[in-house]
Amino acid sequence: MFDSLLKLFGGKSESSSEKAHKRLKFVLIHDRANVSPEVMEHIKNDIIKVISNYMEIDKQAMEISLENDADAVALVANIPVNRMRPVSGRKH
Amino acid sequence: MSEVIVITSGKGGVGKTTTTANLGVGLAIRGKKVVLIDTDTGLRNLDLLLGLERRIVYTLVDVVQKRVNYGQALVRHKKYTNLFLLPTSQVADKTAIEPEQMLELVEAMKSEFDYILIDCPAGIEQGYETAVIGADWAIVVTNPEISAVRDADKIIGRLQAANKEIKLIVNRIRPQMVKDGTMLDMTAIDDILSLECIGQVPDDDKVVDSANRGVPVVESKDSAAGDAYRDIVGRVCGEDIPFKELAPESFWQRLKHVFKR
Ligand SMILES: Nc1ncnc2c1ncn2[C@@H]1O[C@H](COP(=O)(O)OP(=O)(O)OP(=O)(O)O)[C@@H](O)[C@H]1O
Ligand SMILES: [Mg+2]
Repeated sequence: MFDSLLKLFGGKSESSSEKAHKRLKFVLIHDRANVSPEVMEHIKNDIIKVISNYMEIDKQAMEISLENDADAVALVANIPVNRMRPVSGRKH
Repeated sequence: MSEVIVITSGKGGVGKTTTTANLGVGLAIRGKKVVLIDTDTGLRNLDLLLGLERRIVYTLVDVVQKRVNYGQALVRHKKYTNLFLLPTSQVADKTAIEPEQMLELVEAMKSEFDYILIDCPAGIEQGYETAVIGADWAIVVTNPEISAVRDADKIIGRLQAANKEIKLIVNRIRPQMVKDGTMLDMTAIDDILSLECIGQVPDDDKVVDSANRGVPVVESKDSAAGDAYRDIVGRVCGEDIPFKELAPESFWQRLKHVFKR
């Protein structure tokens, strides 16, 4: 309780070992899946291209990431939709 | 029954050779007949840590290339007479030994020894396959550092793909740093690597001192690392030994360090 209060007021920051733990978790998801951040960027751009044919999306707010779900790795995408494109606007 | 264990790591310099030497001596002290095989061809060091560097005549390369029998290349320890070293060549490179040759040799040695410990070169390049192929299971050594743990994960992936059972040793722990939150603790490492841990070895000046003298620290009764290595030996023998809390520096030790700076 006191600790979290301190955190709230910026008194106690995350220790470097906690930082290392978090950074390792992140980097190992990519290492294990054999997917580099560059590849993720390509995937993201390709998704934008496909989805933009159907919807207007908020490219800035869009997020995709790999997450460790129990034993499996999942590709999780969060894509805010501004509006649907009219049917005639869809390219085929 | 013979047990073949390979001692590996992802990152170099984390303590594979130190672990091999201490485990070997510790097992020999318990009366086991042990052979240590150095596969770090071109960069051999196990001979130095055991104080056997001046007694090498033939090497692993001579053996696999069938110039001599393995018995002719073995160096027997004077003090621990059931401990043997099969040194490797310091002039050849890692291409000198094919994995299949190593496998054949290890199989042939099984009938003679209780334990065959193989000191692996760092990384997953040349030499890794040769070191690992004949092993029943693997010890992965890492340091509690972000880069060493990441590289350990890589080698663990490789070993799992080869269906090897793996156990972990975390070496060079600095309890004071762990306490201060400036070094990864065992909970975090366990969360990331999720392997059975058989050793938590503190960083200890005596390791360097003992390497200087060619006498592994496992013999030493007043060394924290020596204690940890003795526990590892027991666990390898199948004993259920609880982990001891590693003591952070005492007030006096800290004071001493302050004055050294
Ligand atoms: N617990 C420890 N405390 C202090 N120093 C240590 C400890 N363990 C190892 N060292 C030191 O770390 C250095 C590297 O150790 P070692 O040669 O065993 O590593 P390695 O993994 O075999 O290296 P390489 O990848 O080059 O084969 C040595 O100088 C050794 O003395
Ligand atoms: Mg070594």
